[in-house]
Amino acid sequence: MARLAIGLSVVVLTLFLAALTLGPAPIGPGESLRALVVGDAGPLSLVMREIRLPRALLAIMVGASLGLAGAAMQGYLRNPLADPGLIGVSGSAALGAVLAIQTGIAATVPLGLPFMALAGALVGVGLVLTLAGPRGSSLTLILAGIAISALAGALTSLVLNLSPNPFAANEIVFWMMGSLADRSMVHVALALPLMLLGGLMLASLGRGLNALTLGEDAAEAMGIGLMRLRLVLVFGTAAVVGAATAVAGVVGFVGLVVPHILRGFVGARPGALLWASALGGAAMVLAADIAVRVVLPDRDLKLGVLTALVGAPLFLHLIYRTRREMA
Amino acid sequence: MSLLNVRDLNVRLRGRLAVDGVGFEIGAGELVGLIGPNGSGKTTLMRAALGLVLFQGESSLAALPARARAQAAAWLPQAREIAWPVDVETLVTLGRIPHLGAGQRPRDADRAAVDRALATMDLEGFRARTATRLSGGEQARVLIARALAQETPLLLADEPIAALDPGHQIATMRTFEGIAARGQAALVSLHDLGLAARHCTRLLLLSAGRLVADGAPWEVLTEDRLREVFGITAHFAETADGPVFQPLAVVE
Amino acid sequence: MRQGLTGRLMGLVLGLSFAVAPAGADEPPARVVSMNLCTDQLAMLVAAPGQLHSVSYLAGDPRGSAMAEEALGYEINRGLAEEIYLMEPDLVIAGSFSTRATVAMLQRLGIPVAVFEPAYSLDEVRDRLARMGAVLGREEAAEGLIADYDRRLEALKAETGHRPSAALYYANGYTSGDRTLAGQILVAAGFENAAVAAGISSGGILPLEVLALLEPDALITGRRYPGASRSEEILDHPVVRALREERANGAITDRDWVCGTPFVLRAIEALGPLRDEIAAD
Repeated sequence: MARLAIGLSVVVLTLFLAALTLGPAPIGPGESLRALVVGDAGPLSLVMREIRLPRALLAIMVGASLGLAGAAMQGYLRNPLADPGLIGVSGSAALGAVLAIQTGIAATVPLGLPFMALAGALVGVGLVLTLAGPRGSSLTLILAGIAISALAGALTSLVLNLSPNPFAANEIVFWMMGSLADRSMVHVALALPLMLLGGLMLASLGRGLNALTLGEDAAEAMGIGLMRLRLVLVFGTAAVVGAATAVAGVVGFVGLVVPHILRGFVGARPGALLWASALGGAAMVLAADIAVRVVLPDRDLKLGVLTALVGAPLFLHLIYRTRREMA
Repeated sequence: MSLLNVRDLNVRLRGRLAVDGVGFEIGAGELVGLIGPNGSGKTTLMRAALGLVLFQGESSLAALPARARAQAAAWLPQAREIAWPVDVETLVTLGRIPHLGAGQRPRDADRAAVDRALATMDLEGFRARTATRLSGGEQARVLIARALAQETPLLLADEPIAALDPGHQIATMRTFEGIAARGQAALVSLHDLGLAARHCTRLLLLSAGRLVADGAPWEVLTEDRLREVFGITAHFAETADGPVFQPLAVVE
Repeated sequence: MRQGLTGRLMGLVLGLSFAVAPAGADEPPARVVSMNLCTDQLAMLVAAPGQLHSVSYLAGDPRGSAMAEEALGYEINRGLAEEIYLMEPDLVIAGSFSTRATVAMLQRLGIPVAVFEPAYSLDEVRDRLARMGAVLGREEAAEGLIADYDRRLEALKAETGHRPSAALYYANGYTSGDRTLAGQILVAAGFENAAVAAGISSGGILPLEVLALLEPDALITGRRYPGASRSEEILDHPVVRALREERANGAITDRDWVCGTPFVLRAIEALGPLRDEIAAD
């Protein structure tokens, strides 16, 4: 377990350094890191501190949030198909964020953007849990997710189309596929408070999720307060997914892929999977964000495209396996 | 010493009275068998006694705070759910959750309790096996071990031996007898009246949500009650090897 | 399907007891509809009174159109085949970026369509004016406009000397290189286009960090549209803000920059003070 923690941390740190030293501007790795740490009031320090650092930090924050949220949702629903993107939570958060931007709340209310995204995500999680029931079967879960995603996506498009701003209508791609391009420390500051709060809430669920391995009845009889667990889960998920979506758009499949890969390494324990998925999610989004810059540097490739390319085949595989188990 | 005291318990499920005015008490040293036909309210009665379902009336367990209740009684639900492919030792260790403080890792005492539970259920060789890949009966034993590891004064188990082979059925009933002999107690719902008669110190007979008999097996399993409640006839004999109970035929 | 729609439209037209008479080869068109922002303005400049019937709705939007007021005097169209057909034009002028399906439909219905390429350089502005003169049968008017354009452009170009570098920076981090109308406006105003140093010759994305390292003498950004968008958020990025605080900066007025019309001269003129400001430093 300790070895996994160290291994994942090393991977995240390595990718973090790579993210800092790679970019469209040709700056040597040593030079760039020096400019980051020392600072010379020149353009190099500006690039490092205001462009690459916030981008790399956001990749870690967004990835950790999505990985953690995925692991928590899966643990609670006891279903490996639960991913905030797939079940419509991210889509609802995006709707909240778009509403915040288009109504001007984002510009006038401090933290208005992430809180509106949180509100959207809350509606999404609430709907999914209501529709899918306490132990969501794969089928109802996915169907509920499709319905919520479709509705949230349509409303997001509608809001953007009604905007008087000619650019807004073209931004549907950003909200659907996600991107970390040209973010700044402002966005780090926007997302961090809710991510910390939600992250702590979700991290506290480890024991309850472990107990849920035996089912709701057994868990409750072991002293786990299911009502409280459900509330903490819903708010925690909405907070981290809302904050992540508000600054990066919908980045799908991270919460599906990462827990799936790491489950074997933590002996399938849902509690241990929480922190492992947070680290793993950070690594995945960092890697994807490096890839969008390296593979097609001048095409503004969206982050969600890459995570979907990795995640969708795995999703199909999981559906296939679930089908076999049900048959 | 009373470990569970239930009085005037009523549970209404979808407008129907599933448990109807039931009262009983379980003291230390008892192995109580809860018998009755399908749908007679056995599961609902036990869940209500634990406070897992809304009820009217009194239950000493349900009145406790969640954590204290979990230290006073272990519950083995009928649905044998193991959601993730964890190893057997991890699964059984889950039974120690009520004894751990917030964020506390299992201590030596907890590991010792897990070892005892594994040994009791004949599972020492299964420690590192993945629970979800075991056979149904093996999974059932693992889940019983989990409940045993909780080491509570009272154990409530819903049809714990339903999936076991005859050897393990007897062994498990003897385990429950051992619990009772150590001064703890168990309330176990059963369909096998033969095993109930041989191993339980006392039987509770439910019919349509009402407690129709409460007493020693030979007092409860009378010819009239078997005919009225289960609709069967049976042979009941006291032998040198203990009481023998054999259902014979369905009453026309 | 096509028959059905055509038939219905025909019925409508016949019901109004009009016949579509194609314009003669040497006879100038008498009822012209333009469906592109840039051809709208060219046509309004060149057409004879009464010759131009309708312009696109964009021509009336002062943010993007340099002739918004003039456009009020014309019927407005939204570029739909059906509405344009019912206007009974004898010539439709479209941009090469106009909806292909609409243009094809109009041609199938027997309406002549002149398709104009956008102007990518200051020279092409002359070509577009000349072509507009040709399709409208207003060669003389076009020649007058071209002569006027040449004269004013020459006067503006006269003042050269040190060329400060400037970067054009729009929403989404988009910029224009030297082979674009905007890039040529920049050069004509006496600047050097910083995007060229980054290897961008047509339009493209100038990565924010490349912009920061280019350190242009001036940053010329797109003007904000009402409402909010994430695309324009980049203009508030700390790096862009730092560049704007430290260096000369201006904002472009879309209506003078987007179309290849003589109004580009206004854009060139407007950059003069910015250049003087840098020269004064």
